[in-house]
Amino acid sequence: MRWASPPGRPGLTGRVVSWWGERPVTQAVLLTGVALILVFFAINTAANMERFGITPGFGFLLRPANFEIGESLIGYQPQDSYARAMLVGLLNTVKVALVGGLLATVIGVALGVARLSGNPLLSALVQGYVEVIRSTPLLLQLFFWSATLQALPGPRQALNPVPGVYLCNRGILLPAFAEDGAGGWVLLALLAAVAVGGAGMWLRSNHIMGRTVGSIGRGRWPDALILLIALGTGAGVIAGSGVSLTVGFPELTGFNFVGGGVVSPEFSALLIGLVVNAAAMIAEIVRSGIQAVPNGQWEAARALGLPRGRIMRLVVLPQALRVIVPLMTSSYLNLIKNSSLAVAIGFPDLVSVVNTSANQTGQVLESMAIMMGAYLTVNLIVSALMNAQNRRLTDRRRR
Amino acid sequence: MRSLSHSSPPPHPTSPTNAKGLAPRLLIAGALSLALGLALTGAAKAGPTLDAIKARGTIKVGVGTQPGFFSPDSNGRWQGFFVDFGRALSIAVFNDPDKVQFIASSPQQRLPSLQSGEFDILLSGVTQTFTRATKLGFHFGPVVFYDGQGLLVPKKLGVTKGKELNGATVCVQTGTTGELNITDFFRQNKITFKPVVIEETAENQKAFASGRCDVLTQDSSDLAITRTLLPKPDDYVLLPERISKEPLAPAIRYGDDQWLEIVNWVVNATIQAEEFGITQANVDSFLTSSDPGIRRFLGVDPSLGEAAKLDPKFIYTIIKTVGNYGEIFDRHVGPKTKVALERGHNALWTQGGLLYAPPFR
Repeated sequence: MRWASPPGRPGLTGRVVSWWGERPVTQAVLLTGVALILVFFAINTAANMERFGITPGFGFLLRPANFEIGESLIGYQPQDSYARAMLVGLLNTVKVALVGGLLATVIGVALGVARLSGNPLLSALVQGYVEVIRSTPLLLQLFFWSATLQALPGPRQALNPVPGVYLCNRGILLPAFAEDGAGGWVLLALLAAVAVGGAGMWLRSNHIMGRTVGSIGRGRWPDALILLIALGTGAGVIAGSGVSLTVGFPELTGFNFVGGGVVSPEFSALLIGLVVNAAAMIAEIVRSGIQAVPNGQWEAARALGLPRGRIMRLVVLPQALRVIVPLMTSSYLNLIKNSSLAVAIGFPDLVSVVNTSANQTGQVLESMAIMMGAYLTVNLIVSALMNAQNRRLTDRRRR
Repeated sequence: MRSLSHSSPPPHPTSPTNAKGLAPRLLIAGALSLALGLALTGAAKAGPTLDAIKARGTIKVGVGTQPGFFSPDSNGRWQGFFVDFGRALSIAVFNDPDKVQFIASSPQQRLPSLQSGEFDILLSGVTQTFTRATKLGFHFGPVVFYDGQGLLVPKKLGVTKGKELNGATVCVQTGTTGELNITDFFRQNKITFKPVVIEETAENQKAFASGRCDVLTQDSSDLAITRTLLPKPDDYVLLPERISKEPLAPAIRYGDDQWLEIVNWVVNATIQAEEFGITQANVDSFLTSSDPGIRRFLGVDPSLGEAAKLDPKFIYTIIKTVGNYGEIFDRHVGPKTKVALERGHNALWTQGGLLYAPPFR
């Protein structure tokens, strides 16, 4: 922290300099200049909007949107407001980013490890995959997946690989809970069970193990107990909600399937495209992370008699994470931003909905601002979480 | 600055190199953004559209991409119904049909692009609406094509009326009035649908051709063209309903009345020429006409051109070069073309249509 108080500058000046940096006057002048330019831009924009007869403002958000949206996580009808329509779009973006991020991580890590496996065929295959994917534009890949999914047969000739599951050009049709909101409650129950289970494990490792392990007993007793309590909590949540867990199956009526759940081809195409793309990037990140761990670590672990798989899992990967995590942040942010290409293949993401809104209302600048604000917020949250994780990792190293 | 000093102290904490290096860079950035800002204001405060057109030497026309209405031919030269009106405008302003630049724009981007000055006029089949004329700040010239939104379905669905489409999946292009019309249509009939909204015309058609949607909805003239582009046109049928009125008109920005009048009267001239019976082939024979109306119209009597500050014979040149409204229609979308549209509403008022040009006097 030598920066904090430069030598030879005592008192107020010193403190200002330490906070503000060298040459405070130059900095202040520059800052004012930048601020003036921004103000100038704002005035210019406002004047131009005035000239074109556009009233600036966000009042339009409360007016009915009057257009339909293909898929939505929350209830939405055309008479709902633009604000709600945009929220639907944002949630769709978050949905694809979340599922995509999880899948890309799992597949990417597996590929990265496979790339370094001793098997030359596997390693070469992964390398080929990475090269092809990162050397072609993502938009092209999305068109490819979109066309592939559209080439599936129509609803009346749908493929039926597993009873209750249909594959057709209208999407993937799956059995789903019949009652609205049941899926949400099940998710909540699962989360509660995991939380309780996690808390139990933590308690055991921090207290019970240390003091009273003898008195509670031997073997798997505490594990079973924790599992039971966790399952009980989940069941309690379901029972408490009073939601019915009957399952609906997709059935062909008229033009389309009714009942069950549907994963739209647009969502699938976007998800596959993003995951395949991000997984290639993550595979490279993981490879570089693993290769950054000194060879001595492998040798030392081998000397202890650990098998290859466990060396990777227990010794190398935890150290590689320190290299991997900051790079992963960029990968996740890219994935979120890339999801905006959804517009090209017809998935109603944030960009698609905001574009339509801008087009119908003419409030282009406001819509752009909302879109930028939304992406910025989501990405800053992801950044913050990843940075926190990174700090945790680096702290552990110091400890 | 502060957070930087906490996380990674630079190797020489008191060395002023950083600050010194930063200041000129910031200055350059500042100067650049200032210059950019001035350039932008320059553009924004430029005179009315017509002045800009004359200074530039070309008219920038925003068009779509739909063969028949607007598409480049094998030589890269734009052809089509709307394109010919662009050429007519170029003749009116520059006495030359080729001082015009056609720029393709998606329905999503065309209005903001017109607003920001990227085009001088949109001839991309924009529907004239109240909101666009009032809130969005666009003036519309005379309607050049009366259209209505239609529904294209595969014959094998066995549907004969739009009302039978309950639960259907509908492919619709974003940035058009179509998104709202189709929503209104289904709501009015108390039936539901699922939209698949795609921006690009070609992608939209591909999705429909692959069977992703049961219905493709667009202006019915577009659908007639799209149908001819599908792998098996005979497998598809255009339903009889028109679910909206789509008067397609040239659109320009607020702020240049003279430009608006040129647009108005160039379109009117093609309609009036058809009413007079003046065609590309016979226009020269009309130059010797004794009818004062025709003499004024073709500029033998130069009073109209002088009043409009245009070449007195601009209408003569337009008819000689691109023909009258009927000829433009027949050449690009008429019954003898692949698109094969009937005149319908787009016939002269004297022939049961809606085309009616105000008097040229």
